[in-house]
Amino acid sequence: MTVTEKDIRHVAKLAKLEIPDDEIKKFTEQMDKIIEMVEQLSELDTENVPVMTHGMETYSVMREDKAIPGTDREKLFENVKTEKDGLIKVPAIMDNSEGDA
Amino acid sequence: MSLLDHTLEELHTMLVNKETTAEKIMTAVYARISETEDKVGSFITLTEEEALFKAREMDEAGIDPENILSGLPIGIKDNIVTEGTLTTAASRMLEDFIPVYNATVTEKVTEAGMISVGKLNMDEFAMGGSTENSYFKLTRNPWDLSKVPGGSSGGSAAAVAAGQVPVSLGTDTGGSIREPAAFTGVVGMKPTYGRVSRFGLIAFGSSLDQIGPFTRNVKDNAIALNAISGHDPKDSMSYAKETPDFTKGITDGVKGMKIAVPKEYLEDGLQAGVKEAVLKAIETYKELGAIIETVSLPHSKYGIAAYYIISSSEASSNLQRFDGVRYGYRAKDVESLEELYVKTRTEGFGPEVKRRIMLGTFSLSSGFYDAHFKQAAKARTLIRQDFENVFKEYDLILGPTTTTTAYGIGEQVDDPIAMYLSDILTVPVNLAGVPAISIPCGFSEGMPVGLQLIGNHFDEQTIYRAAYAFEQATEFHKARPNL
Amino acid sequence: MNFETVIGLEVHVELKTDSKMFSPSPAHFGAEPNTNTNVVDWGYPGVLPTINKGAVEFGIRAALALNCEISQDTKFDRKNYFYPDNPKAYQISQFDQPVGHDGWIEVEVEGKKKKIRIERVHLEEDAGKNTHGTDGYSYVDLNRQGTPLIEIVSEADMRSPEEAYAYLEAIKQIIQYAGVSDVKMEEGSMRCDANISIRPFGQEEFGTKTELKNLNSFNFVRRGLAFEEKRQEKVLLAGGVIQQETRRYDESTGETILMRVKEGSSDYRYFPEPDLPNLYIEDEWVKRVRESIPEMPKERRVRYAGDFGLTEYDAAQLTATKEMSDFFEETLEQGADAKQAANWLMGEVSAYLNSEKLELHDTKLTPQNLAGMIKLIADGTISSKIAKKVFRELIQNGGDATDVVESNGWVQLSDPAKLLPIINDILDNNAQSIEDYKNGKDRAIGFLVGQIMKATKGQANPGIVNKLLNQELSKR
Ligand SMILES: [Mg+2]
Ligand SMILES: [Zn+2]
Repeated sequence: MTVTEKDIRHVAKLAKLEIPDDEIKKFTEQMDKIIEMVEQLSELDTENVPVMTHGMETYSVMREDKAIPGTDREKLFENVKTEKDGLIKVPAIMDNSEGDA
Repeated sequence: MSLLDHTLEELHTMLVNKETTAEKIMTAVYARISETEDKVGSFITLTEEEALFKAREMDEAGIDPENILSGLPIGIKDNIVTEGTLTTAASRMLEDFIPVYNATVTEKVTEAGMISVGKLNMDEFAMGGSTENSYFKLTRNPWDLSKVPGGSSGGSAAAVAAGQVPVSLGTDTGGSIREPAAFTGVVGMKPTYGRVSRFGLIAFGSSLDQIGPFTRNVKDNAIALNAISGHDPKDSMSYAKETPDFTKGITDGVKGMKIAVPKEYLEDGLQAGVKEAVLKAIETYKELGAIIETVSLPHSKYGIAAYYIISSSEASSNLQRFDGVRYGYRAKDVESLEELYVKTRTEGFGPEVKRRIMLGTFSLSSGFYDAHFKQAAKARTLIRQDFENVFKEYDLILGPTTTTTAYGIGEQVDDPIAMYLSDILTVPVNLAGVPAISIPCGFSEGMPVGLQLIGNHFDEQTIYRAAYAFEQATEFHKARPNL
Repeated sequence: MNFETVIGLEVHVELKTDSKMFSPSPAHFGAEPNTNTNVVDWGYPGVLPTINKGAVEFGIRAALALNCEISQDTKFDRKNYFYPDNPKAYQISQFDQPVGHDGWIEVEVEGKKKKIRIERVHLEEDAGKNTHGTDGYSYVDLNRQGTPLIEIVSEADMRSPEEAYAYLEAIKQIIQYAGVSDVKMEEGSMRCDANISIRPFGQEEFGTKTELKNLNSFNFVRRGLAFEEKRQEKVLLAGGVIQQETRRYDESTGETILMRVKEGSSDYRYFPEPDLPNLYIEDEWVKRVRESIPEMPKERRVRYAGDFGLTEYDAAQLTATKEMSDFFEETLEQGADAKQAANWLMGEVSAYLNSEKLELHDTKLTPQNLAGMIKLIADGTISSKIAKKVFRELIQNGGDATDVVESNGWVQLSDPAKLLPIINDILDNNAQSIEDYKNGKDRAIGFLVGQIMKATKGQANPGIVNKLLNQELSKR
């Protein structure tokens, strides 16, 4: 066993998912098998191997700094479930835990 | 012969010569759909009224003789956004989502004069290889309704195999075009990463995702790829250089072409009928004058692990935007923001999506990043180098698309590992960003077998040339399921 | 026990680009909620970011102005966290390859100069804005979402709240001079978080730090740090331990209040942004940007002292803001005398701006009309007393100095032929004053001058009046 129920609960918290108590055992076992499978990568010697984010390199694609007017607000709000005066309405933010740039 | 049995070129000629109309073709499409959809279940959304209206409009305006796709029908996978038309990615999370903008490919097919028939079923957020992970419905393999059509673009493949549409768009992150193409006996192309704009494709694994076409024959496929390719300033990873005409040189044959067969692709684990069909295909290529040699892609076996870490990590981040705030599913009766997030996501995502989010979050989390994500990104470099080395000497790589033919519905749903391992032949291609096609190369116990041809970066032309040569020399693409 | 304070600052500065960091929607302040946003800013399913070249260039420019090295190979990463003002639930930022690194700036506290090192300068996107309602809901405006930011992270080199204050002043000045931001705390275009710890003098190891947020002005930074310094000292002296926590500065009480205790470090799961290519910053580009950087305040101060003979204090005053400094230089270009221009800008102009709470660009004063006025003083057309009236007119209503003087009939009377009859007239009517003068009462002169000025409505040239008056008095 490389992962524990505690690990799974921690990761679920980060991912904002809830794993019900009666599923946690099965889920942990399943995740453990998956993680064991992917951890076969540890046998690879990658000491001098560079990281690759894509299958090929692309560099420095940039856009000129020229503003284009925003999307029509009505349109943007078409899928919003609760709004008020052009603002998106959400349940109160209890703590300011993670709001930072 | 039904209207829908023609190639795109034939349909175009008929339209130009006024032997048929866009409306007649569209009517035939919906007739075929109503005949077969109960059995196959390819579509999540059908837009019949709108499509017929557009077809009539097109007829009135006149078919553009220069534009081969003008007035022809297409089906679009439901993870590609279509302004004003429900786009769900087969998830409860987006069960009521009406996009307010179009994907670049949606714009492009429209500009080419194509008319969308509807939105095609898939595995939720493109995660899966059987289309059993759709929140909405099952899609069945037209060759055997008890079997899966493959996935995640199962609806796109099944719709073409069932003769519902001549062309459809799918997406391929780890084999999601090629595997269903192989399972349903059609042609499916995953282009080079960057060939087709991803703008408007609901992201799964951003560094791996590509949109590509399904068709019943190779030339149709090249024609469809022509329509959707090209640089898009909205996708910074899209290829900036000019796009060639993929039909050009398609008839040039394979005489003298150097084709590599990786020994790892024919190792054990391969279903006997699949191996047999592929070995026969190799013989065919030899007869056509190609030079076939065995090579090694030594890091292939790490492909699955690297792929699942990278794709799941990217997905875990990409899917964080589904939080119930701006669009999509929103859990009821929540009292706090935290509850809104957790309930919305727990109720909105299906089990496989949750598994991938969990794996990805785990692989990126502190303490595991180096051993998981970083190691996978390095393995990716090695896998790409394997391909690079082969392409220094060879024009093409050939192998089976899948280790087995389509399996029974329900057989793998409870075994994620088995499901993941079945992508072993397709995922290295996405990791390396190279293009690959799956074409029909035979049958094993009545089910289609797919042949995978892999090209170098941006060399789809060589793939099409070799695929076309094989198709001309064989009859497999002409076989049709009995529906 | 004596403690030493250790402070490090993280400063966010909004770049004044036309469009956003990763989307082309307008990056302008003050629009109606959610009108300067597009589907990309909203994180709509399927959207992709694109890199704003202007923002990258501003980032390079700021980093160079802060004496940083520029990373030739740089890239963007995702910082993952859920929050309503963060629509993608990740912020595109730079993690391990920031655009600039290893910089420094010089600050001066109580006459002592000190170098503060800058660890890194990285590019990122700003978040939207949440308003916390009293009705149990919060409201989200995404206009600010995606505005380009640089985050300037200092080393923990500051040893007092005053040093932190001086550091912020210096950063603000440099950024303003570099021309990449308006750096207005009140509009939120410059924001600061502070890390502070204390340790016994002589101890090398850092103490446990706390993080201060909501520091909405430089003074709040100074006060918040001063409070926190004392609070930590009290805790330690009482035998307690400092918790690693985030604290909020309360403007009304001047105290810091616990927001949350940090359990280990937050897990942002940084990884390279797969939707964007790496950036390769060519030497050529860096060179071009370097050449485009305007002269920094420090260099200007040296020049002002050398070329114009201004004192160090005056030079510092004039360069406090780029606007003032630029205004000064343009006034000189319009032909004004340097010392005169400096005196006016530091005197009347600054006093006016302070009392009216305005900035130069809010007034009608221009380098042209200021220089014109200074020339009129120099050539004797107006007296310095009249000049004050002219100045009022110019700064409030604008116009050309000569026109103002002429239309108001404020031209100084210097012609003896015109002044003599007036002077003699006054003398004729003030025999007592002449008497007093002869008896050595100097006050009498002042009274007579006053009378003459009154008779000329203040337009008489005081120098000439004095000369002529003495001359006429001696005749009597
Ligand atoms: Mg920070
Ligand atoms: Zn920041």
